Amino acid sequence: MTVRAGGFRRDALIAVAALVVLLALPYLWQSSAMVDFVIRLSAYALLATSLNLLVGYAGMTSFGHGMFFGLGAYALGLSMQRLSIPLPLAMLLSLVFVGLVAVVIGAISVRLKEIYFAFITLAFQMLIYSVIIAWVPLTGGDQGLQGGIPRPPFLGIRLDQTSHLYVFSAVMLVTALLLMRVIAQSPFGYSLRLIRDNVDRASFIGVDVFRIRLTVFVLAAMFGSLGGMILALFVSGAYPEFANWTQSGEAIFMVMLGGTTTFLGPTLGAAILLSLNDVVTRFTEHHGLAMGILILVVVLGLRKGVTDVLAQWWQERKVS
Amino acid sequence: MNPGELLSCLGSSSCVVTQLASGLIIGLLLFLVAAGLTLIFGVLGVINFTHGAFYMMGAYFAYTAYGLSDSYAVAVLAGGIGVALLGLVFERFFMRRVYGSNVLMQLLVCYAFILIFDDLVKIVWGPEYKSMGMPDMFRVPPLFLGGGVVPVFYLFLILVSLAIGAALWFVIARTRAGKVVRAAAANPTMLSALGTNTGLVYAGVFALGAGLAGLAGALAAPVRSVSSGMGFSILIESFIVTVIGGMGSIVGALVGALLIGLVRTFGSIGFPLFTDGLMFLFMTIILIVKPSGLFGKDV
Repeated sequence: MTVRAGGFRRDALIAVAALVVLLALPYLWQSSAMVDFVIRLSAYALLATSLNLLVGYAGMTSFGHGMFFGLGAYALGLSMQRLSIPLPLAMLLSLVFVGLVAVVIGAISVRLKEIYFAFITLAFQMLIYSVIIAWVPLTGGDQGLQGGIPRPPFLGIRLDQTSHLYVFSAVMLVTALLLMRVIAQSPFGYSLRLIRDNVDRASFIGVDVFRIRLTVFVLAAMFGSLGGMILALFVSGAYPEFANWTQSGEAIFMVMLGGTTTFLGPTLGAAILLSLNDVVTRFTEHHGLAMGILILVVVLGLRKGVTDVLAQWWQERKVS
Repeated sequence: MNPGELLSCLGSSSCVVTQLASGLIIGLLLFLVAAGLTLIFGVLGVINFTHGAFYMMGAYFAYTAYGLSDSYAVAVLAGGIGVALLGLVFERFFMRRVYGSNVLMQLLVCYAFILIFDDLVKIVWGPEYKSMGMPDMFRVPPLFLGGGVVPVFYLFLILVSLAIGAALWFVIARTRAGKVVRAAAANPTMLSALGTNTGLVYAGVFALGAGLAGLAGALAAPVRSVSSGMGFSILIESFIVTVIGGMGSIVGALVGALLIGLVRTFGSIGFPLFTDGLMFLFMTIILIVKPSGLFGKDV
């Protein structure tokens, strides 16, 4: 496979077009439910797509990606509450913090193979979760971060207004997706695929497997934490559930549901799962049971994601 | 953080005996769960993330059986056998379908079943915590050893867990069935070429591993509050145990579980808020020094 010239220009055009559509949407369809949905989707699409950098591109199935989502939410909330610094600075600080945590956890985890890697990331997630629950003076324990997150205006942007937060989330989503796309299509992104497909060959031709795996682990953690920050700004708080293992499970399902082989698959998966979640919560209180059965149907019945099926169909059509 | 208190505990025999006893039961129950996990991994090559849910189901089955029969022995058997059957059904109808698939699919099937089991027990048994209560035969004054207090039930748990562990070792190391299981772990293709139904071996091993988790849940039911989601922390702990001991090694599971049990009880005196952290620290050190675990062959 060759890196197509002009690939970036095409991706950037798509990104600009998507952003225009997203920004025009509230004028065409005035619905607060839609606005809320897009903000939440921005958060979860970033979580799912960053996880797919690991799962789909690098072949590293993390079962603990939700921890960075939660850490991002807490880091942003705490730095806004305690440091009273402008939001962009707080976000930068949170990104650096999550990056550092990811370096430590990644350095221990990424040397492990497949299922081991999945389990150790899950274990670290539970460590982070139990620290959040136990460190009550800092995090508020199981009650979550109390008192709301202050969102002072910066550059005329007032994130305490939903319409401003909507624009902010949409811009964040599209920019971060474009950045991840660039990473995925870069030589670095192709080393990831090489490692995924044949780790021995990769190391024989001189690829530093450990370093590349650690790098993508940290990058994915930072993009995932950005999702957590958007959610924290939206609900004006951070809760232990953000860092709970079910968050990682849902993220994995979003990735699988949308498809691992296309870049936008996880975003679609996030959109589908968020909608399904809303429907399931409306009709039954047994959310786990319904969701569990749904996952089984998709995993054992469909066996691949929506965009995987579409991409396959497209390929076959082109060939015939 | 209070390392001084830990030192003063280590200085008094009564404190050491008391902590040792509770460390041993935590460790030995953990060993049963981890032995099941490591057995399934060793033979089938999959990590059963629903293992904690099996532990929970064992406790619930025991709770119900104890309520019906008023016999702790029946309750323990119901937990063990009931969960073994549950594991069999789970393996035959669901897990078997994703052996060849990638890790993503295996994770999702397990994730789905953790959600389902956690919700099912809430539907069947109600959302509130259940308490089985101490069986009558153990309602006797505790023993005093070297000034420390050791409840008779603890002693019973220690002996039973050790007996189960010994039986497990005997079956795997000394019987024909154990030989088949070891052969399936070493080279399943050759084994099936020689005329053994490996699918059946897999199902049996999975049921045995699940049964061990159920047994541990049932044994622990009198001293734990039975609730939805109770299996999750034991899943993480048994994973840490298998990392320390070496994935696939039952001796390693025993050593790792005892270590974790002692780290938990003594650590809770010296570093009450950091007990979980201590376990992870321990695991991290092992991963760096000997990535395959103390008794593992290779990762």
